[in-house]
Parts: sequence; C-alpha cells; structure tokens
Amino acid sequence: MSGRVLVGVKRVIDYAVKIRVKPDNSGIVTDGVKHSMNPFCEIAIEEAVKLKEKKLIKEVVAVSCGPQQSQETIRTALAMGADRGIHVEVTGKDYETLGPLQVSKIMAALAKKEDAQLIILGKQAIDDDCNQTGQMTAALLDWPQGTFASEVALEGDKVKVVREIDGGLETIKINTPAVVTADLRLNTPRYATLPNIMKAKKKKIANMKPADLGVDLTSRLEVLRVDEPPQRQAGVKVETVDDLDSLMNNWTVFHKCTQRTSLCVVLIPLLETVTPEDMRKEEC
Amino acid sequence: MANPLRGEVIRLYKNLLYLGREYPQGAAYFRERLKSAFMKNKDVTDPEKIKKLVARGDFVIKELEALYFLRKYRAMKKRYYEPEK
Repeated sequence: MSGRVLVGVKRVIDYAVKIRVKPDNSGIVTDGVKHSMNPFCEIAIEEAVKLKEKKLIKEVVAVSCGPQQSQETIRTALAMGADRGIHVEVTGKDYETLGPLQVSKIMAALAKKEDAQLIILGKQAIDDDCNQTGQMTAALLDWPQGTFASEVALEGDKVKVVREIDGGLETIKINTPAVVTADLRLNTPRYATLPNIMKAKKKKIANMKPADLGVDLTSRLEVLRVDEPPQRQAGVKVETVDDLDSLMNNWTVFHKCTQRTSLCVVLIPLLETVTPEDMRKEEC
Repeated sequence: MANPLRGEVIRLYKNLLYLGREYPQGAAYFRERLKSAFMKNKDVTDPEKIKKLVARGDFVIKELEALYFLRKYRAMKKRYYEPEK
C-alpha cells in the first residue's frame, strides 16, 4: 500500500460572516467576503496529519477544486501539516455549478492517479450542506465508506471507524482503500500560525485542470432561486399595563400566575410608570 | 536592546498580529491594544524580564488559539446538532 492519504478541502465563506443574498435572488454575495477553509475539512486535515505523526501513513496530499483563491486554502492545509497540495482549477461558470457530483468525480480520478490508500473528507460544507461528496466518491471508486467518523483507527489493512449516528455510536471495520468523512468530534484542529505558514511556502502545490483527469463538469442541477430564511417575528412592546392586560387576555396560554413571572422581563421598563397599587391589582 | 531577544520580540509581535486578524471584536481593536501593550514595555532591558514577557506573549497566543477553536466549535455544534436534553 502506498500509505498516501488524500484530503479534500473546500474554500467556503467564513462561518462567522453574515450571508447576504444577491438582490436578484440568483445567489449569495461572495465578492469581497471573507473566505476560509470549511471547518469539517480542517478536522479532516487534522486527522490525516495525526495519522502521519503516528507513522501509520506516509504522505498527506491536500486537494482543492476551485479558482485561483483556492490555493490559499491549500496553503492553510499545508501549514497544518499536509505534505503537498493539488489544485484543480475550476473557474467561471464551471465553478458556479460545481457540486458534489463533479468534485467526487475529480476525487475519484485523483485517487486512482495518486494511488491513495485513504480519502478523508469533511462530512459536509457549511455553504451548501450537501453531505454527498464523500458518499459519491466511495460509490464511484467502489470503496467502502466510514461516514460521520468520530474516531478513526488504522489496524493493518483495515480501518476501524466509530460513526456518530442518530441512535448513538456505531463501530465498523472496513477494508482499505476507503473513504472517511469527518464529523465535529473527531479531533481538535490545530491553528495554522504564521511560522507554520512560512514553512509551508516551500511545499509544492501542483496545478491541474479537470480535463487532465478526464472529468466532465457539466451539472445536472440548475439553481432557480435563492431566498433568505423568513425573518423572525419581532416581539410586541406594550405602553401601559392596560394594553398588557388586553394582550394577555388574547393569549390563551397566560392563565396561570406562574406564566406571568416570565413576563416580568417585559414589565421591567414599565416599572417607572406602574405603581405598586397597580401591580397588586394584577396579581391573581 | 539585547540582540537575539530583539528577534524573539519581533517574531512574537508578528505572530500576535497574524492571529489578531480573526479577533471577534475586530482586527483594528486588537492591533491597537497589541501595539500599546508592546510600547508600554519598550524600555525593558533586563534579558530575564524580556524572556518572561515573551513567555507571557506565547501564553496569549495559546489563549487566542483556544478562543478561536471554541468559538468555531460552539457555532458548528449549535448549527448542526440537536441540543442535548
């Protein structure tokens, strides 16, 4: 076995940024917005680097598909400990329609080309929340998959994966080569500090096009419309205690005295206008 | 200023500046506080004291890394996982 691990990383809008929908509802605003590596991809890289530090695998290769700026994401991966990077250049219209199917075709082609023993991906991207790339890659390669991994252990030529599923935890043993997708509790990703980034500048990033891998990027999906989620209903402020009374009579829930105590928070700004006599009238 | 320690201090400043870009209250806020903190100690010449201050700076780096990790972890947990009953 080659002892090589491919890790897919995706450049997404930073998790802390407030997303804005374009005025024509065709997509979201990405120009000038801070981008960074998908948090689940960070966890995937960390796991691969940990395996390398334990000397269970020999090389970690970080792969990213996208425009020129994806190289920054690969540099972060190299700073976290990957050995080399592969940047698959996808720009313009192709990049807008790039989805899990196309990425999994690219990953499958690269896995065959690089003779990878293991592919580790993040379980989903925080921008499209597809949760499909790992599964599709495994299907295209006909490899076993350990998804939502919260623990990964290499044992000889098999991988023991503890999966986080709705019912709890499931432990499976799969043959290598295999695809693993990382879940939140797999590990604690290290921060790529400046000295590491400087050291990573010496590492190589290979450039290639999807056509070099023989991958067709046509999408079978068309985005019709993008909308913001419905706004939260604003709370209602009351001016006087009488208004509050009428409001409360309209809410069938508020019959018990205990419920009124939760309304004290609303009443606090009224305390200047409400006298103790009024308060006593309200007590049930 | 002691020569090898000058390099250490500058390295520390650069690292903190790089980390400060992601500071929740804004990179500019962080940079101001960082600069004033370093300027306050600019006349320290005793190598022992400088080493102690650099160690404190390294500690702050670790704290910032922990802060960033916790923020991200909590945001991901809140968005993608059911609250534990």
